[in-house]
Amino acid sequence: MVTLNRRRPNIIHRGIPHRPDAPILDVSGVSVRYNGNFALEDISFQLSSGVRVAVVGPNGAGKSTLFKVIAGVLEPNTGRVQVSGGGPGSHICIAYVPQRTNVDWDFPVSVSDVVMMGRIGRMGLFGWPKTEDWDLVHQSLEVVGMADLAHRQISELSGGQQQRMFIARALVQEAELMLMDEPLTGLDLTSQEIIFQSLEELGKRGVTVLVAMHDLKTAAQQFDLAMLLNRRLLGIGKPEEIFTPEHLVKAYGDHLHIVNTGEQILALSDTCCEEGDQPAQ
Amino acid sequence: MSLFSDLILTPLNYPFMVRGLLAAVMVGMVCAMVGVYIVLRGMAFLGDALAHAILPGIAVGYLVSGGVRGPIFWWGLLTATLTSIGIGAISRAAKIKEDTAIGIIFAGMFALGIALISSVRNYTVDLTHFLFGDVLGVSSSDLILTGIFASLVILTVLIFYKEFLVLSFDPVLAATLRLPDRFFEYLLLVLVAVTIVVSLQTVGVALMVAMLVTPAATAFLLTRRLPMMMSLAALIGSGSGVLGLYLSYHLNLASGAAIVLTCTGVFLLVWLGRTLKNVIQTRDSHLQLTD
Repeated sequence: MVTLNRRRPNIIHRGIPHRPDAPILDVSGVSVRYNGNFALEDISFQLSSGVRVAVVGPNGAGKSTLFKVIAGVLEPNTGRVQVSGGGPGSHICIAYVPQRTNVDWDFPVSVSDVVMMGRIGRMGLFGWPKTEDWDLVHQSLEVVGMADLAHRQISELSGGQQQRMFIARALVQEAELMLMDEPLTGLDLTSQEIIFQSLEELGKRGVTVLVAMHDLKTAAQQFDLAMLLNRRLLGIGKPEEIFTPEHLVKAYGDHLHIVNTGEQILALSDTCCEEGDQPAQ
Repeated sequence: MSLFSDLILTPLNYPFMVRGLLAAVMVGMVCAMVGVYIVLRGMAFLGDALAHAILPGIAVGYLVSGGVRGPIFWWGLLTATLTSIGIGAISRAAKIKEDTAIGIIFAGMFALGIALISSVRNYTVDLTHFLFGDVLGVSSSDLILTGIFASLVILTVLIFYKEFLVLSFDPVLAATLRLPDRFFEYLLLVLVAVTIVVSLQTVGVALMVAMLVTPAATAFLLTRRLPMMMSLAALIGSGSGVLGLYLSYHLNLASGAAIVLTCTGVFLLVWLGRTLKNVIQTRDSHLQLTD
């Protein structure tokens, strides 16, 4: 007998099955050129499930480009990306969190509306959110400590709450790979701490997280791996092995300044003085 | 009571007025609902360009049919659909900036339309109708076509609500969820095109963008939720259609212009109300701080 509450057969394309033996992320020989210039050149690395990676490099180093290639929304000119043994374009388990400035915060949606967007890939073209989808949205908002803000308009959120909303969206998306583009920029230490607690929850679920950022100290303290990027991959490994003076000079150039504010350690490249363009002293 | 009957009921004795009101309500609704996405995605210039670019299609329909309405509708629909797809393709492929490309096509097509229509002698009256609308000339069969296509557009907007929502708010998410994003981009352009053709007789080519943008922008000032914004925009659009048509009747004004002016008036009132409210709120919070 057919029972009425049996789930409908799954006719929705939910991405290809994952090969258990393949690494969650395998990037090999990826290059991207814009107008003839390399944005990324010959990037290769592998990641295993559940690691947390800080992606560090100067502005224009190609961090956002790398994330877009990994997410499968930008085709590399050469090389390939494999996520759990398949091309990224066939997965719906990759969550990409845009830079804050790339989001229209006046868009007329509430926090729970945005989180629900993560479910859409699993509903099919004519599907509507069901009770279990809303339940999942509320559970995820509880996980990131934002259940009481579910009905807020998104322009009313603080910077930290904005990022946690996107983490909740990755949770309902059942993401296995999460790419966050400079989520910590402009946040105070308390807000950063709450974000790391929320990321902890993703880690428990075996989600691999890549975070583009600038602060070397946070990268060293909060992340399993650090990746140093400036168009080329200059090193990936334990943060203390990567953040060596030789590596940092390679990434940021000879005009490297290490600024230690006590709370943060930032590597800055002195872009005012490139190519003999010396200011008058 | 007699004032009410003079102002509201007497005009309804004329069948052309009843048909015009029905058309204005449908056009107000469909324009506003599609317009919500035009406002949120910043596509106002594209909408204006599309409206102008269908003029040559209408002109061809006008020339081959000798002024009969039916063929003009289908020619307009064909041109609008082709132009929307063409603009979509150009904005993807072209080296020049998108708004420049739109400007080139928009002005070129519009000029072609005027040139075609002007090849007919005594063309000015008809050209005016295409440019500024002729809602009181709506026939019963026009009304049926408008109803069918307006319903189709509104139904499509509702069915693909969540897809259009994600695509407008976060296109990268739409891509990582592997939604057929290109298909929906084109679908939205086609919906705008159909909406323009449906509304052509009510407000005309030149004033079209106001019907698309103004009610939606007014609703945006009033609410922070998309479903509410759509409902309010539809209400404001159709309400302004009715009010504008009555104004045009009583003050003997051009109907399309009266409808658009009503929309603009509602927007200004709401904007003023919002601004005053903000001023008062800021003053109150200052007062509380100094207390």
